[in-house]
Amino acid sequence: MNYDAIVQHCRELLEMLPAQAVARAREKHPDVRGLAVFPVYAPVEIIHAAKLMPVGLFGVGNKLEISHADSRFQSFICSIAKSTLELFLRNETDGIEGVVFSSICDVARNLASLVKRNAPQLLVEYLHLPQNMGNSGSAAYTRAEFERFRTNLAAHIQRPITDASIAASLDVYNKVRHLIRALYARRKEHPGSIPTADLYAVVQAGTRMMPEDYLPILEAFLSEARRRNPRPRDSVHVVLEGAFCEQPPALLIDTIEGAGCQIKDDDLVVGFRWFQEHVGCNGDAMGALAEAYLHCSVYSSVRHDWRHRRTEGLLRRVQDAGAAAVVFTPAKFCEPALLDYVPFVEVLDKNKIPHIKLEFEEKMWTFEASRTEVETFSESMLFE
Amino acid sequence: MSTAVADVKDYRGRVHNLSSRIMTDWMTQLKQAAASGSPSAYLMISGNCVEILRCFDILPVFPEINALQLAIRKKSLPYIIKAEEIGYASDNCAYVKADIGFTLSGGVGKDGNIPVPSMIVCNFVGCNVYIKWFEHCAAMFNCPLVMIDVPFVREGDRPCPGDVAYVMSQLYDLIHQCEELTGRKFDIDKLREIMRHSARAEEGWTRCKDLCKRRPAPFDAYFDSINMMGPINALRGTREAADFFDAAVLEYEEMVQRGEGVLPEEKFRIVTEGPPPYPYYRNFRSLFETWGAVAVQSTYSTVGGTWEFGFRHDPDRPLESIAEQMLVHNLCNRTLTERYAQIRRYVEEWDADALVIHSIKSCRLFSAGQGDMREYFTKELGVLTLMVESDLEDPRYYAEAQMKNRIDAFFEALQYKRIRGAAHAAAAKG
Repeated sequence: MNYDAIVQHCRELLEMLPAQAVARAREKHPDVRGLAVFPVYAPVEIIHAAKLMPVGLFGVGNKLEISHADSRFQSFICSIAKSTLELFLRNETDGIEGVVFSSICDVARNLASLVKRNAPQLLVEYLHLPQNMGNSGSAAYTRAEFERFRTNLAAHIQRPITDASIAASLDVYNKVRHLIRALYARRKEHPGSIPTADLYAVVQAGTRMMPEDYLPILEAFLSEARRRNPRPRDSVHVVLEGAFCEQPPALLIDTIEGAGCQIKDDDLVVGFRWFQEHVGCNGDAMGALAEAYLHCSVYSSVRHDWRHRRTEGLLRRVQDAGAAAVVFTPAKFCEPALLDYVPFVEVLDKNKIPHIKLEFEEKMWTFEASRTEVETFSESMLFE
Repeated sequence: MSTAVADVKDYRGRVHNLSSRIMTDWMTQLKQAAASGSPSAYLMISGNCVEILRCFDILPVFPEINALQLAIRKKSLPYIIKAEEIGYASDNCAYVKADIGFTLSGGVGKDGNIPVPSMIVCNFVGCNVYIKWFEHCAAMFNCPLVMIDVPFVREGDRPCPGDVAYVMSQLYDLIHQCEELTGRKFDIDKLREIMRHSARAEEGWTRCKDLCKRRPAPFDAYFDSINMMGPINALRGTREAADFFDAAVLEYEEMVQRGEGVLPEEKFRIVTEGPPPYPYYRNFRSLFETWGAVAVQSTYSTVGGTWEFGFRHDPDRPLESIAEQMLVHNLCNRTLTERYAQIRRYVEEWDADALVIHSIKSCRLFSAGQGDMREYFTKELGVLTLMVESDLEDPRYYAEAQMKNRIDAFFEALQYKRIRGAAHAAAAKG
């Protein structure tokens, strides 16, 4: 497949509901079933080792009308929580064994309870990921939490999930993450070689197929991207921050890049590319995953480590990307992103790095206001 | 159904005055500490480990209580706006914004009412927003932040394997930090003594709550519980708090013996879910009083601990029992469906007529999914349920006329249902 065909293929997968993506995967892997992964991070290696397909559950965008979930969640709740619940209330779960949530925010936690109550046939797991990375008990706790997940999942599917299969899955996902990092590096070094809307589609589509099938697509896409040498254009190089859970409409990304900004780094779909380096197994894949979560995770608004502050993480990201500004894209009502915005802005202001905030929601359909804001922002920088 | 009228029509009464006295003493200590710089620590109400701080004579400071007081004194809005001016969103928790705005306005420190904390203990029990709040405070004050990561109860009503050990391991870190801060060695016998006071207060709390099973209830377990929540959450572990609860039990037992209720006539018994709208506390209460509605139980009063279900701090297992309380025996660290079970017990064991849900925008921990709760109680259990919305801190979200309409309509329907039920029963008799 060439560049355009890959992007088209990925966009088609993203147009599907999670259950439809599982059905598509079953055309090639007849026995495979899915386990939905609500953002941000989950140990997908354990799911894959269970011979299940980890399916990204990023809400349903415009693909489903919200007719039931509105009566369960109030107007001030984020759209990803509502559309995810809608999916389960409508039993749009064919081929899906269950769903895993984690301790990212209060809404996601209550959502897990609601899904469990309203979809009792499914396995609903809630992981409390550690928020204290520096205690002597943190590693044992994290490992125990991952082991608990393995035990519950194995009991549900009624087959063991072996250490060897987890090690093999870790190997597969190491390759996936390596290739995605290479794509991000390519975009960073050659701005415009991969429009962010394309990269976004390809990375997110990885959560809609088996990783073995995804690897050749990533390899081909990287190879195609390396052949592209677009003409440089006047633009403000920016980092995108704040869309780590609910994902913005692709048109918003297009709008940002079409209105004078070039995105050089971002936190889109960050949960599926969470580790910043190769996770060595050393004969203990579960231990390696726990250690990696504690010490190799990317900074994120849903993971708190006071010793390594997220403000430092953002500054480093901006510097490493050679970006001149930050575009904040928090989802409407997203408390982790909106609360982190305050210290982020403080540190950016101290370092004289311009920034702009664009809130979004799933069913956003007009982008003219955002375009005007970004154009004004980028022009003010370009013609300063 | 008619009940005797309490002599003191200002039913805030003796328990309120006792509570007010010991809470004022604590606030005086805060003001003194603000001036003197003696050791103090920020702490969250829910599932807190105040006993450990007390063991080192570190004064506990609760930013939630600060925010609550700003709201109830109708002073919160300017501080909320101040926080919004520096970037907090209109959708962020207004408790956080009021406290931060207050701090930025000079309320904390030598010239304020609250001391700059010597350290911040982030026991965020169930509330993810708290982590951010306390990080922001730690950055503002440039003081140490001690994280106590309390795993959420995610399988039924028990901690998962490893949870208790993980929390205890962090409590040891906290003890070490307290030793460094104060230059004192940890004294486990002193901790045991403090925990004996805690357990006595918890027992008193339970007995008070239990008396609301009686008709009429001697106090409103939602609006009057605030008088007990201060002592049980902020002053727990002191002799004064334990004595307060002994006195409260005595007062309420006497009322029960005299057949006195909190209202002249107790017409409806309700269970309430969610925090109250503090900026309009009195108005909101009046909307229920008008109908003779008394809260016989409330979930909000259990954010600090679900003592009424039997848990007591155990001086023989001091750190284990502190860890267990933080993990399991409080409302905030349990799932929404566990909360359904708690409310169901309240409705059944406290013999309530209805459930009232006050949904607040600020606190998603409480509110996210309360529509499903209403669905469960109304459709699956047949419990009449009212859901109203405003906020616990931000007065901009309280619409008095709309609120009154909803509450009046609900109690009219409840009254009609009762009359119709009585008529049917009479007809059936013959």
